[in-house]
Amino acid sequence: MAAGASPMLTPETRSTFATLLDAAVLRRDRRDAPAIIFLSTDAEPMVVSRGDFQIRVRAYAAGLKRLGVAAGDLIIIAHTQNLESIYAFWGTMLAGAIPSMFPTLTEKLDPQVYMRNMNELVMRSGVRLIFTSDEFAPVMAETADCPVVGSSELSGLTHDVGAQDLFLHRPHPEAIAFLQHSSGTTGLQKGVALSHRAVLNQLASYARAIELTPDDVIVSWLPLYHDMGLIAGFMQPLVQGVPLILMSPFDWVRHPAMLFRAIADYGGTLTWLPNFAYNHLARRIRSRDLAGVRLDGMRMFINCSEPVRHDSHRLFLERFGSVGVRWEMLGVSYAMAENTFAVTQTRPGRPPRLDVVDRRALETLGRAQPADSGVPTTTLTSCGPAISQTEVKAVDELGRSLPERQVGEIAIRSNCMLTGYYKRPDLHPFIDSWYLTGDMGYIAEGEVYIVGRKKDLIIHAGKNVYPQDIEAIVNQVSGVHPGRAVVFGVPDEREGTELIVVVAEVDVDDPAARKRIARDIRQMVARKSAVTVSYVKLVGPKWLIKTSSGKIARAANREKWLAEQYPATGAD
Amino acid sequence: MPNLDESVVREKIRVYITHELIRDPDYDLSDDEGVITGGLMDSFALADFAVFVEQEFGVYIPDPDLTVDKMDTLNQMAARVLRG
Repeated sequence: MAAGASPMLTPETRSTFATLLDAAVLRRDRRDAPAIIFLSTDAEPMVVSRGDFQIRVRAYAAGLKRLGVAAGDLIIIAHTQNLESIYAFWGTMLAGAIPSMFPTLTEKLDPQVYMRNMNELVMRSGVRLIFTSDEFAPVMAETADCPVVGSSELSGLTHDVGAQDLFLHRPHPEAIAFLQHSSGTTGLQKGVALSHRAVLNQLASYARAIELTPDDVIVSWLPLYHDMGLIAGFMQPLVQGVPLILMSPFDWVRHPAMLFRAIADYGGTLTWLPNFAYNHLARRIRSRDLAGVRLDGMRMFINCSEPVRHDSHRLFLERFGSVGVRWEMLGVSYAMAENTFAVTQTRPGRPPRLDVVDRRALETLGRAQPADSGVPTTTLTSCGPAISQTEVKAVDELGRSLPERQVGEIAIRSNCMLTGYYKRPDLHPFIDSWYLTGDMGYIAEGEVYIVGRKKDLIIHAGKNVYPQDIEAIVNQVSGVHPGRAVVFGVPDEREGTELIVVVAEVDVDDPAARKRIARDIRQMVARKSAVTVSYVKLVGPKWLIKTSSGKIARAANREKWLAEQYPATGAD
Repeated sequence: MPNLDESVVREKIRVYITHELIRDPDYDLSDDEGVITGGLMDSFALADFAVFVEQEFGVYIPDPDLTVDKMDTLNQMAARVLRG
């Protein structure tokens, strides 16, 4: 596979790449090599060679130009995860404009709420147009404050691409390549603006950290609107010229075995998974689905984007050891969109380090001290050392560096950070060139351990959920005392992630009325936020704990709920 | 395939959904209520349901049948299990 190929992007070859348009997938050599193989449950695999990819991407760029898209315009791709959205993404970059992947509207979601958030983005960021599926284009166009283009309309403009459509545009390395929309409460999502330079720097350092070679094959089901999916499971293989076996997250979550069949069928070596996925795979693949599947050829399953649980790794290994999974295949990365993607990565071929610390010292003193025998312990999984050209430290509330094993906020500095938040001059991501992550953790022997978050944030199945967003929805449910609802996350062994709990105060005692309220809460949250609530508890007056200023205290109510739910063990 | 009684199958699935997926044993689940489109459970649950059905009834539902369109209500689920 490697014979005659152009060199890969590494810290050593970094200077030979000016922008993302130097990606292997756009180069003239080896045009027959597979770029993307797209898999779905209800269709044959679609194999896209580099040559095909170039033709399609150029055609989409021409189509966008015919729609009036010009250099520097922001294009939102809120589409199903498929080849069209991928061609539109690269076509946008080829036209010199700025693409950003966004979750699509679904049948489950309330289109009005979805469009209110979208229009907030259109207004703040000056979106030139939204590209979506034919199914949702008419609904979105009704209320969108910018043009909405459906699949058929755009693909109808991609024919007869001629010489006049050739792109001589060469972006500046410092120009914004694309935006990643990630963290932020509803309506206040920030566009993380990344330059070509930053993305290439990240890909080079990360390729080194995972020891990427031309023989690797990357398999991914991750959404492209998330940094892990966009960078590790999309940009890296296309820029490096490593085959990408891709599927849709909607498809995978219903049919988890398709990931393993893809690895077995196409010789997959690398995949990235949020922690819940280890549980989902271990618990929801039927034995019949494993027939003929071997995973011996894998180099790494990399756990990323939600807190890593040792128990999830253990469960995964117990279930899949017999088909070739070994401890040393289980990698960990700590990552965030503001650093393009990875901050750290454990070393390939070695299991992640485990740190067994004194639980009381960790909780009360914020010190991760190795546990003496006989004391209660907490086992933390290492996220590995920082990748090259990224520095990490733990700092106290005044921003001072903390010694090893002292818990503080994790701060990072690197050559692959965001340029800024797109069109948000009011937001200042850096303090003395350092970015404060909001994650709490410590450093021990050069490796990073994450212990929690600074603010109330629920990480549910790899997705950031802000409790205040859900509380605002619950407060609108008829029968709930406005302002008397609290939302928090609770760890769940079985799912390997945090589940969402709603506690709401109601005045009625009638069982039928209470059932109606509980049902409305679940339905409203699902329709307005795409989040599924796992537990709804309705309470009378005096159950909820408030602070001295009358605000509802999330942490205290969480402790109370856990103590009631699990009386034998108490909280946690 | 063993004889499966429709009402038994339906009740077993109902109990499984309210206890395991909605996590509210008191929930009044009706036969034609959209459990996924209604936001009661997320699409992870389809994969969980497939495992449950295989263990409980010995029925293997192939992936193309595990979609929101085909498995959204208790009626649809019970009918699919009875088809074997």
